[in-house]
Amino acid sequence: MNVQPKAVTGKERYKAGVMKYAQMGYWDADYEPKPTDILALFRITPQDGVDPIEAAAAVAGESSTATWTVVWTDRLTACDKYRAKAYRVDPVPNNPGQYFCYVAYDLDLFEEGSIANLTASIIGNVFSFKPLKAARLEDMHFPVAYVKTYKGPPTGIVVERERLDKFGRPLLGATTKPKLGLSGKNYGRVVYEALKGGLDFVKDDENINSQPFMHWRDRFLYVMEAVNRAQAVTGEVKGHYLNITAGTMEEMYRRAQFAKELGSCIVMIDLIIGYTAIQSISEWCRQNDMILHLHRAGHGTYTRQKNHGVSFRVIAKWMRMAGVDHIHAGTAVGKLEGDPMTVQGYYNICREMKNEVDLPRGIFFEQDWASLRRMMPVASGGIHAGQMHQLLDLFGDEVVLQFGGGTIGHPMGIQAGAQANRVALEAMVLARNEGRDIRNEGPEILRDAARWCQPLRAALDTWGDITFNYTSTDTSDFVPTPSVA
Amino acid sequence: MRITQGCFSFLPDLTDAQITSQAQYCIEQGWALGIEYTDDPHPRNTYWEMWELPMFDLADAAGVVRELVACRQAHPEKYIRINAFDSTHGWETVRMSFIVNRPAREPELVLTRQEGPGRNQIYAMTVRPAS
Repeated sequence: MNVQPKAVTGKERYKAGVMKYAQMGYWDADYEPKPTDILALFRITPQDGVDPIEAAAAVAGESSTATWTVVWTDRLTACDKYRAKAYRVDPVPNNPGQYFCYVAYDLDLFEEGSIANLTASIIGNVFSFKPLKAARLEDMHFPVAYVKTYKGPPTGIVVERERLDKFGRPLLGATTKPKLGLSGKNYGRVVYEALKGGLDFVKDDENINSQPFMHWRDRFLYVMEAVNRAQAVTGEVKGHYLNITAGTMEEMYRRAQFAKELGSCIVMIDLIIGYTAIQSISEWCRQNDMILHLHRAGHGTYTRQKNHGVSFRVIAKWMRMAGVDHIHAGTAVGKLEGDPMTVQGYYNICREMKNEVDLPRGIFFEQDWASLRRMMPVASGGIHAGQMHQLLDLFGDEVVLQFGGGTIGHPMGIQAGAQANRVALEAMVLARNEGRDIRNEGPEILRDAARWCQPLRAALDTWGDITFNYTSTDTSDFVPTPSVA
Repeated sequence: MRITQGCFSFLPDLTDAQITSQAQYCIEQGWALGIEYTDDPHPRNTYWEMWELPMFDLADAAGVVRELVACRQAHPEKYIRINAFDSTHGWETVRMSFIVNRPAREPELVLTRQEGPGRNQIYAMTVRPAS
């Protein structure tokens, strides 16, 4: 890495044949990214014997204009402008053989307002490139000019809270369980009990669509009966994320339209429907005053392993531009993958108007969101009332905390489970605002509330000691990994 | 029934000391406090009556509680809530809201249904005063 390769220029550059990517101009150590450039940071593991700078240049080349050999037709274009430039390569701390490689892309390489177009370039084919053993897209920066080509979340945190009339605390949800098999009528019962007991939202699971045991229209009708009844007995606005994921866009629009006719305030999609489908539904939600919940089904196949794939922080950025209102972003303390600081980094991407560089939280670039609305992160998967102080301390108020098993599996029933969660949450928010150190005093605060709230006492007795204390695979390279428990 | 709007309705009613410390928290966040009251707790009744204007320049929560006491005296049988407004760019909305007074007997919300097309029910919710 000590000898800086130089780009070949003039007539020599376009002689037919194969030339190193760095020599073709995809590496420029002196390049100063323009304020209008899109930046990407890849973690690359070159094959043995492959120079990291040449590997970085290959990534820049293959994700922009290059092919494996010189082509004279480059000379018909402003090719210097269109070539992506790898401009910095750093060894990854404590990971021999891995390098962080920074690549700058000219704004003109991308169509406005299209995640599909963006990703076809950035993750199009470099991840299969033979000279690399592995590659991972760690982070991206988007200039304001590009961000402004997207409409972003149709509702956003501020408007969602105004519509729901709920302020000053995290929202509470639960996923109906069992995931599969309930009839529409039984399913609605679970929804009613949970909402009446104190939750704000109940949720379809990612794989509940329209199966033989429960047709989607049946589910929608019974669920809306539950939502309306629960509103009348609590005086609160309630919601259920009706999953409109289906095999075709036509069918998704049909389900979205029915949800709207029934008066639902929110619909839900799965990440696996694809970026263009997400942008289309986002546009529909914008036209129909609907909150859009995204379940990140499938992301673990490419976000979890540190050496290869796409970091979830990048997916979160794409989704804020594509325009979803809720996004599952991890729990840190629950049953699913997530190192606390890395997860906080995802939350900051969702919620802040501007992100500063924050290496311990995995944020490599500053990002001005140009007033794109804030997305509400959702913490879901193996969390329970006994962790309330940790969850509030880690994530603050702007989050949906979803206790599925922790509500429905309560020994005294679903209403009691919901009430336990709501009491634990309100007691913890009250204590935090009074200036108490909830991280340390949390268990005591919960025990005090459990003295007058029998359902909370039963929840703590059942799950108080349950933790999922495994080492995370996706951690920051810049801090020792803290453990939660 | 107990209306559970606001962020502390699942706790026992807050004492004035507890209300003071919540108000002080809001002031320390830079939020302006406002008092609102209503006899219509329908969740879509967005605009409760304002008790004076929001207190933008208040440094001490005792001032809020003084206003609250006055509002309670004038409207003992109404719902009263304290709202905290955040004028920061990107928020510009209520950041916290909690109920600080309730009628001794709260009204009921009655759900009515009308048959719609298909099996669709057309729902309406009305407030029935406590009898």
